[in-house]
Amino acid sequence: MEMQKVNTRDIKKLPALNGRTVANLFFEDSTRTRISFELAAKRLSADVINFTAKGSSVSKGESLKDTVQTLEAMGVEALVVRHNFSGAVNTIANASWSDASVINAGDGTHEHPTQALLDSLTIRQRIMGRDSTGDLSGLKVLIVGDILHSRVARSNLLLLRKLGAEVSVSGPSTLLPEGISELCDQVYYDLDEALSKSFNAVMMLRIQAERMNSAFMPNPSEYSFGWGMGDARFARLSKETLIMHPGPMNRGLEISSAAADSSQSAILDQVTNGVAVRMAVLYKLLAQERN
Amino acid sequence: MADQRLIFRNAKLSNGAQVDMAVLGNDIEAVGENLDLVGESIDCTGLIALQGFVDLHTHLREPGFEQSETILTGSRAAAKGGFTAVHAMANTSPVADNAAVVEQVFALGQAAGYVFVQPVGAVTTNLEGRQLADLLKMNKSRAAVSVFSDDGKCVSDSLLMRRALEYVKAFDGVIAQHAQDPNLTVDSQMNESSLALELGLTGWPSVAEEAIIARDVLLAEHVGSRLHICHVSTSGSVEIIRWAKARGINVTAEVTPHHLLLTEELAREYNPVYKVNPPLRAASDVQALRTAVADGTIDIIATDHAPHTADSKDCEWGQAAFGMVGLETAASVAQSTLIDTGLIDWVRFEQLLSTNPAQISGLARHGKPLAVGNPANITFVNPSVQFKVSDVSESKSSNNPYLGMELSGQIVHTVFEGALTVKDSKIQEKINV
Repeated sequence: MEMQKVNTRDIKKLPALNGRTVANLFFEDSTRTRISFELAAKRLSADVINFTAKGSSVSKGESLKDTVQTLEAMGVEALVVRHNFSGAVNTIANASWSDASVINAGDGTHEHPTQALLDSLTIRQRIMGRDSTGDLSGLKVLIVGDILHSRVARSNLLLLRKLGAEVSVSGPSTLLPEGISELCDQVYYDLDEALSKSFNAVMMLRIQAERMNSAFMPNPSEYSFGWGMGDARFARLSKETLIMHPGPMNRGLEISSAAADSSQSAILDQVTNGVAVRMAVLYKLLAQERN
Repeated sequence: MADQRLIFRNAKLSNGAQVDMAVLGNDIEAVGENLDLVGESIDCTGLIALQGFVDLHTHLREPGFEQSETILTGSRAAAKGGFTAVHAMANTSPVADNAAVVEQVFALGQAAGYVFVQPVGAVTTNLEGRQLADLLKMNKSRAAVSVFSDDGKCVSDSLLMRRALEYVKAFDGVIAQHAQDPNLTVDSQMNESSLALELGLTGWPSVAEEAIIARDVLLAEHVGSRLHICHVSTSGSVEIIRWAKARGINVTAEVTPHHLLLTEELAREYNPVYKVNPPLRAASDVQALRTAVADGTIDIIATDHAPHTADSKDCEWGQAAFGMVGLETAASVAQSTLIDTGLIDWVRFEQLLSTNPAQISGLARHGKPLAVGNPANITFVNPSVQFKVSDVSESKSSNNPYLGMELSGQIVHTVFEGALTVKDSKIQEKINV
């Protein structure tokens, strides 16, 4: 919350990480997460370099190990890593390649921890008040969409439940594999049935076009019909329910504009809070290390 | 061969009988109590003498991938693990899909001289699954190939699989199928399970293996051919094979040491040393495989020794190569998981590691009883040794999933065609074969 205050000041900058170097190491396209991390580092006065390599490390002819060691040799103290392979960030953190701090900015279909942090903050502040503290006990959250491939869903399931919230999922059964019931509180194949249970927040996930090609679902309109937050569903939704989306949105597919732009929507708060949360993560790893 | 008589004294045979065994030339000269013969006497008290081990599934990587293994280094690793014969898989570069390549592999095996290297031929040209390779020519070559496999890839086309089975019947060949439906395993990384879901790794469903096995046993029945299933990894596969055998279908099956011991839990840290094809499965699968070995559903243990360079494992999981080494630890893992647990005895152990694989391949000089006049291919095991697996290895690669684990049973001597390739657990530099 301290970081949120910085972001609302006229001069949005703290000297905390002056002289520190942070590298954004992005092996997968991502504009918003990279910019969010970059802003976070800059608002703490760290120097930031952006290293973008589309596709796998092999396609650029250098191993992940060499890339990491090269950056560390140049004096980079924190690596913010986005990678297309699940576990690649764990590998960097666990291997003996580097002593730099490693922050997971999303790995494959595994995790996206800072997204979960910013989502929890958003849920707490929007539902329990801007100055609220403490956990999320008693709150009910529904995550809707491609749970199988979503790192946002995985991290949120872990964090929200750890904070005491009850988290359920809904989506096409092809994207809700059998083991999912061990990771969440309730599974709903039928979104309308789920929505009748009055959740405090409903998180719509982005649907990737390539899922249609691998036969997870027939076509976009069938998806919208079954699991999209369209105008009709939105109209039936309790006015108290918060609507969230990690972005970027496919308007008209998983969420309608009416829902996304409504006063119930927390989507822009999520984006705003993302910078603050990432500032806090960088501060925790780099500033406290110095002291 | 031994130019001097070797007399192995006081070893126990798999049936428990304690004997002396004399080896002269390439053969066993005498077996009996207190043999009164002149020669180099080797005290084998406390050791078990077994028929030399035969591996039906080995990747020696030569030609083409010599940075991972060569026929020489792989042969030495095999001897160290108690093997006297290995079957070199066909997925080399160039692929062993013609007589020239299999004869070259065969000749390099003879030149290395540590084990009998029997090349496996590819089923389809360049392992592409489109047309049959030169199966007859490979069979009639000096390498006398009778086991054919596209291992690493599945012969997924039903018609091609049917034809391959039919075609090799004429010369008593066998198709060794790598059972993996390619459509069900696109980008698959580990066993499909709640753990895979948690780790965000693309699942490799059991049904991708079981569906192919089910189809292939029916094809083998339909055309009356011999089928071998490589590295069975799931409890469902075991049930299908059990059913097929009860029905009289001519099918044999293998299991790897790692599928008898390791589980998918090891993927949790994304350490690619545990990335293997087929993937490590659930504990319940491991238990079903052990039971299947004990009740005869699974016929052999084969290593699927798959050496890879350090670089191809020192990277992100998704980028890493599939496979693990296994020649040097196979017998110890088998003893730890099957003998020490009371599931099988040494007679069954000998069938699994020697008699049955030799029979499937039709090897003339391997898998024979340790009796007078038979070939001197013998492995001496000390079953009471407990040890921690170290990284000391004859293999060129170190992708060893057992490092630091406690296993039991040590290979003490290996005799290949009458000559000691391993003596006192040390590889011999000069072999008189």
